[in-house]
Amino acid sequence: MWHGDILFLLQNLVFRDFRVRYRNMSLGVLWSLLNPLVMMGALTFVFTKLYPSPVKHFPVFVLCGLVPYNFFTLAWINGTTSIVDNSGLLKRIPLPKEIVPMAAVLSIAVHLIIQILLLLASAIIFGRGPNLQCLWLPLVWGLEIVFVCGLALLTSAINVYIRDTRYIVEAINTILFWLVPIFYSFDRIPARFAGVYQLNPVAALVLCLRNILLTATAPPNSTLERLTTVSFAMFVVGLIVFRKSKQAFYDHI
Amino acid sequence: MPAVSFAGVSKYFYHHAGRMLLRDRLLHLLRRSPKERFYALSDVSFAVETGESLAIIGHNGAGKSTLLNIVTRVCAPSAGEVAFEGRIAALLELGAGFHQDLTGAENVHINAAVLGLTRRQARESFDRMVDYSGVGDFIHEPLRTYSSGMIPRLAFSVAINVDPDILIVDEMLGVGDQKFYEKLMERILSFRHAGKTLLCVSHSLETLENLCDRALWLDHGRVIKVGPVREIIKAYQDSGAPLGRAKGSR
Repeated sequence: MWHGDILFLLQNLVFRDFRVRYRNMSLGVLWSLLNPLVMMGALTFVFTKLYPSPVKHFPVFVLCGLVPYNFFTLAWINGTTSIVDNSGLLKRIPLPKEIVPMAAVLSIAVHLIIQILLLLASAIIFGRGPNLQCLWLPLVWGLEIVFVCGLALLTSAINVYIRDTRYIVEAINTILFWLVPIFYSFDRIPARFAGVYQLNPVAALVLCLRNILLTATAPPNSTLERLTTVSFAMFVVGLIVFRKSKQAFYDHI
Repeated sequence: MPAVSFAGVSKYFYHHAGRMLLRDRLLHLLRRSPKERFYALSDVSFAVETGESLAIIGHNGAGKSTLLNIVTRVCAPSAGEVAFEGRIAALLELGAGFHQDLTGAENVHINAAVLGLTRRQARESFDRMVDYSGVGDFIHEPLRTYSSGMIPRLAFSVAINVDPDILIVDEMLGVGDQKFYEKLMERILSFRHAGKTLLCVSHSLETLENLCDRALWLDHGRVIKVGPVREIIKAYQDSGAPLGRAKGSR
């Protein structure tokens, strides 16, 4: 049995992952800004010059979609492979295994902070600037992190038994780029699909961010309720599946 | 009251090479091919009294590491009962979670957390660990720039700060130079003097004879013999076992 300091362990695993990711890059963490900026530029070009979109403040609008999407895809894939990636550790030390996929997700959340600053900066430059509604940001992002932790617990456990899981996750991420309203607005979604969209926590987060940063309104209660319910339900399901299957991890990693 | 006791413990794995992909899983569902079991341990029973030290000997693949992993509770037995008296059973593990791209200092912190030290213990003992390892200024360089002897020395400096009730040493006696070996022996003996329990795996029979009271001889997952260390080692050697140090099995 492992009798250590669980927060100290979590902190160390998070920073190990984070440091290893950026150690061999000359620009370090700035790389994580480059990707959304380039994508923002490309999408802004396409949707203001080629297919003009009626949306105002398009750069902020698209960044509100890209930042949650990037976080979600990176954190999910990193969490999914975490148990297999750390097999050397898990086969030698009886760590509380749940902590490994959660640390993988949280290490992506560390550079999310920089991306959120980018989002706020772009809101100042291209949009209307920060406002009081920004106080909602920690809550909606917190819910998103809970959701991804649950999802990562689930898929990291499945990935131990079926190693193709990571490729399935990658494929779902590619499809999500089109199904999350990144470069189109919620108004374009036909009413009969709107309910489904609101159940997708990534889409719900995009909606909340646009409310906060573009129209300075609070996120709708119905969206917040669904985001909360889905996130915690996902976390509980992920945790239950993980706990049920973790006994046999040793035989498979 | 024994510190650890095994009663009829077995551990088996399924031969699942090539069955880790979706395709294989689906085919397996359709065909229901019989699963072949591989017994790493079968029907192992023994007990170690508190304060006693037990050597585990056997050829590569005899099940020694699996047995230790059941004691540390990294894995659960497939059958049988394991009982513990005493709080912590810890493997004296070298460099768990070490990463080549991180500096020595960063690795020391991570390793300390993994081995179960608290934030305070890690902070208080950091300077001592670095001092003891003797890596000097290299502590702020990435591990990949270290010489091969420096890494186990650094890892050992962290590992000696773990203070379990049952100490488990797995095939570590062969790493490092003579000085390192002496430090390790000193640590293990001081641990024994404190009246704690020791489980030890090594291919160095001579070391085991010095460290342990009793020995357990494993072969293909079965217990061949348990008894006083000299007697068992003699029987093991007479059976045509290779002498001296060999590379560890895992």
